[in-house]
Formats: sequence, C-alpha cells, structure tokens
Amino acid sequence: MNGSPSLHSRLNAAVRDIPRSGIRDFFDIVTSMKEVISLGIGEPDFDTPWHVRESTVFALERGATHYTSNLGYLELRRALAGYVRKVFGAQYNPETEVLVTVGVSQALDLALRALLNPGDEVLYHEPCYVSYRATILFAHGVPVIVETRPENGFRLTRALLEAKLTPRTKVLMLNFPNNPTGAVMSRADLADLAAFARERDLIVISDEIYGELTYDAPHTSLVSLPGLRERTIFLHGFSKAWAMTGFRLGYACAPAELIEAMMKIHQYTMLCASSLSQKAALEALARPAADIGEMVQEYRRRRNFIAAAFAEMGLDCHRPLGAFYAFPSIAASGLSSTDFALQLLKEEKVAVVPGNAFGACGEGFVRCAYATSMANVQEAMTRLKRFLARR
Amino acid sequence: MDEILKILQTNALEPRGSIARMLELSVEEVNQRVADYEKRGVIRGYQAILNEDQLDLDKVTAVIEVKVTPQREGGFDTIAERISRFPEVRSAYLMSGTYDLLLFVEGKNLRAVAGFVSERLAALEGVLSTSTHFMLKTYKRFGILMRQEPSDERLTITP
Repeated sequence: MNGSPSLHSRLNAAVRDIPRSGIRDFFDIVTSMKEVISLGIGEPDFDTPWHVRESTVFALERGATHYTSNLGYLELRRALAGYVRKVFGAQYNPETEVLVTVGVSQALDLALRALLNPGDEVLYHEPCYVSYRATILFAHGVPVIVETRPENGFRLTRALLEAKLTPRTKVLMLNFPNNPTGAVMSRADLADLAAFARERDLIVISDEIYGELTYDAPHTSLVSLPGLRERTIFLHGFSKAWAMTGFRLGYACAPAELIEAMMKIHQYTMLCASSLSQKAALEALARPAADIGEMVQEYRRRRNFIAAAFAEMGLDCHRPLGAFYAFPSIAASGLSSTDFALQLLKEEKVAVVPGNAFGACGEGFVRCAYATSMANVQEAMTRLKRFLARR
Repeated sequence: MDEILKILQTNALEPRGSIARMLELSVEEVNQRVADYEKRGVIRGYQAILNEDQLDLDKVTAVIEVKVTPQREGGFDTIAERISRFPEVRSAYLMSGTYDLLLFVEGKNLRAVAGFVSERLAALEGVLSTSTHFMLKTYKRFGILMRQEPSDERLTITP
C-alpha cells in the first residue's frame, strides 16, 4: 500500500461503507475521451438568464458580500413564499416557514438529519437521484427502497408503499418529476399517496426541483393536496428551471417546527447560503414565466424528437413526461446497462448513464438527458440507431 | 406564434422531418404549413446570418434617421415605400419619437453613402431632414451574438 494503510480503518464506518456514486466511475471514463456527445449531463444546457447574471454582478458591485440571516434574506423568502403559493399552491409564512439552502441537496440533508433518529426508516423510490440513499445513511436512517416500474410509468403507488411499511417507518421521500425516469404523478396518483401518508402519520419530503419542467400536463405539487402541507417538507430550487446549477441555491418550505429544526443544523454547519446567489434568486423570481417558458418549449421539442427516434429504432421507452430525461429499456440488446453504455461510448462516442447508477432496479435501462442542443440530440439519435442496428 | 415558425427562425435549414418529430406532427403537415406561410408571404425568404466583420468587405453601413412629411393619401406609406425601393436601403422602419423613418443603408464606402443621402434621399419630395450614423462594429444580429461563444463548460456526466 502507499504509506498509511491505517487511515482507512479510522474512517467513520457509515462513510467508509458507502460506495462512491456509480456515476463517478463512468464520468472518469467519459472525460478521458474526446468529441463525445453527452446525454449524460443532469443540468440544463441553457445559460442562466442574462438578467439574473447581470444583476448578480450588480449585487457584487453594491457589496452584497456579507453573511445573511440564517434563514436567508427576508426579501427573498417573501418572494419565494409568493412563488410557491402561485406555482405550487401552498401558503407559507416567509418569516418562519421558509429556509434558503445551498441547493436542494443541502435542504434534503437538513431535512433528514432534523427528522431521523438512528434506525428510523425512510421509504424512497428507485430508480432515483444518486444521492438519496447516501444522504439517508449519513443521517443514520435506514433506507427502504420502493421499486418503480416502467409498466406503471415509473409512478409510485400506495400498494407499493404498503408492502414496505413497518412500525419504524417515519419518512416518505418523493421526487416527481423524476430524475432519472422522467416520470410524473397526476393529482389522482398523489391523492392516494397523500391518504397513505395521513393514515400512517408519515412525514413527507417532496423534492420538486423539476416542478416547472413538465411537457404534457402541468405539475401537481404534493403540498397542494389537503392535509399534506402540515406534514411535508417541500424542496425546490433554482438549478433546473432557471439553469442556475452553479449558484447552488435551493430552499425548503415546511411548518415552522420543522424549519426551526433544519435551521439549527444549517446555522451551525453552513451559516447561510451565498449572499450573491440569494440576490440572483431574487432577480430570477422577478420574471419566471418568460425565462422558463422558452426553455420548457425547447425541452418539449427535444423530448418529442427523442421519443419519436426511440420508437423508430425499436427502443422500448415509457413516455418521459417531465424533467429532462428519457429512460429507455435496453433489455432487448442483451447487454447490461454498464456494457451498453460502455460499448455505445467506445463505438459511437455517445455518453449515456447506466441505469443501475440510480438503484439496482435501474439495471436494464440507461438514462438519456436531453439537456443538450437539438443538434446534439439529433446526432446522438443517428449514432444510437447505427449502434443498435449492429446488435 | 406557430412553433414551426419559431423553429425556422432559429434554423431555417432544420430538416422538415426533424420539425415533424419535435412537434409530433407528420412531415406532410409541416410541409403544407410551411408552403402556406410562403404562399401568404408570412415567410418572405431564407437568408444566412453572416458575421461580416470577419469578411473584410468593401462596405459600410449607415443608420439614417429621416423626418418626412406624410402624404395626403397614403400617410407615411407612400414615401416610405418609395425610399425602400432603393437597393441601397437594406431595412426601413416607421418609428415613433423624434423622427419618422429609420433606414439601414449600405454602400461601398463613406462617400457612396453620403452621395446616396444627399443626391437621392434628401432630394426626395417629402423628406424634411436626415441624420446619418455610421456603424462601426456588430455585436449581435438577429438575436445571435457575433463573438464565438466558449464551448460547453459543463462536466460531461453529472447526476
């Protein structure tokens, strides 16, 4: 070994035992290659709207470079409460029920740490965003996987949840529109889950970061359902709809006791989200419809293009309804997800992410992000078709 | 606006088959609608957008503000259309504010444009005054930045 073999044994056991994200290994291979068309990028290809960038520069000039309130600028929390009421249909008090965070990732971490005692079980659905399982484990919770299936449009049902319920179940975590499947939940679908959460007295964490990005029907927020606002931590942010990933700005809305608990951790570990990012967010909220509308229209065209291309080449894919991901089944190729992705990369220089990076039940699928230019989408589909024709 | 027009405005060379896929229409439907727009004159033509500063052309462009007297019949249209017919005039707009017409005029050099203004434009009956500004550099045309954008700086794979 290389000098200090004993250090590994001294690491925190939970951290040591969690494998690093599968997406990471694939990333290392992709970055070693040139001229790859990547459908592997989980962030918008659009630039942050210029008025947001311009006003961030102005904020810097004006000297918005100091700590902010732990909860975030009150002005921003007021704007957020207004936006959530209008777009997601739930009312929050900006003084006590809104917390500005460093991306939704931090908000999720805070929510889980604020809620979980060691051994508490968290129901979450896979395939899902790569960090959910790890975040639950870091918070000393027990992750309980609920597998979603393409036959169901990768939606979550009450029956699936009931099967995994135990007396230790405390939290239900949701992410719709979903990364990586592009699945969404209708109001009726959500009503079933809402009834389940109420009857089983669960706390719900709803990550609705892709809420603005739906293509066939408007998004329904869980917190707009009767009785859910009182038991839900709603998470949202600026990365996807406003193409502001690098700003790292998210927020949580929840009843005051929950926000207070999350704020305690935030206060001692992060202090506050970046002042400049908060100013940028405030500007973003000034004209959301104009910024987001154009991007949604473009994503929809790409979604349509990909869905049609998959159908023509005989690749089985449930219709992606939201976010910017398609999640086709590659079972017919006879290859594992990883082999499929590796061979596609080597032979045609197209990068997709193996489905098993998003949970074991993602095996047999690959994630294709259409957050890349239409020209790239088109070229990628041509190459994918050629690749499949050789199989 | 029809999404077909939006797509063509972004890229007039977009294959009809692609447009059909993007909008979940048949190719025939797309072809027919485009043909209809062409026939009705909604689509007036298809041009390349050039960064002329890179071409080192023997050409200058002037932006000219023109005050005119509206005619008894036809208002501004008669004089504006008369001015627009000169091939030197590349674009012409009726404006609100302190002048009436805004022209984009091209010429081989400064003298050629000056000649056009003094001998042709200002001499027209109904033209009261002109104010000529020469263009020095183009930063953006038709919504497209002339400076080459840096390539995609995103990581190639992100969760």
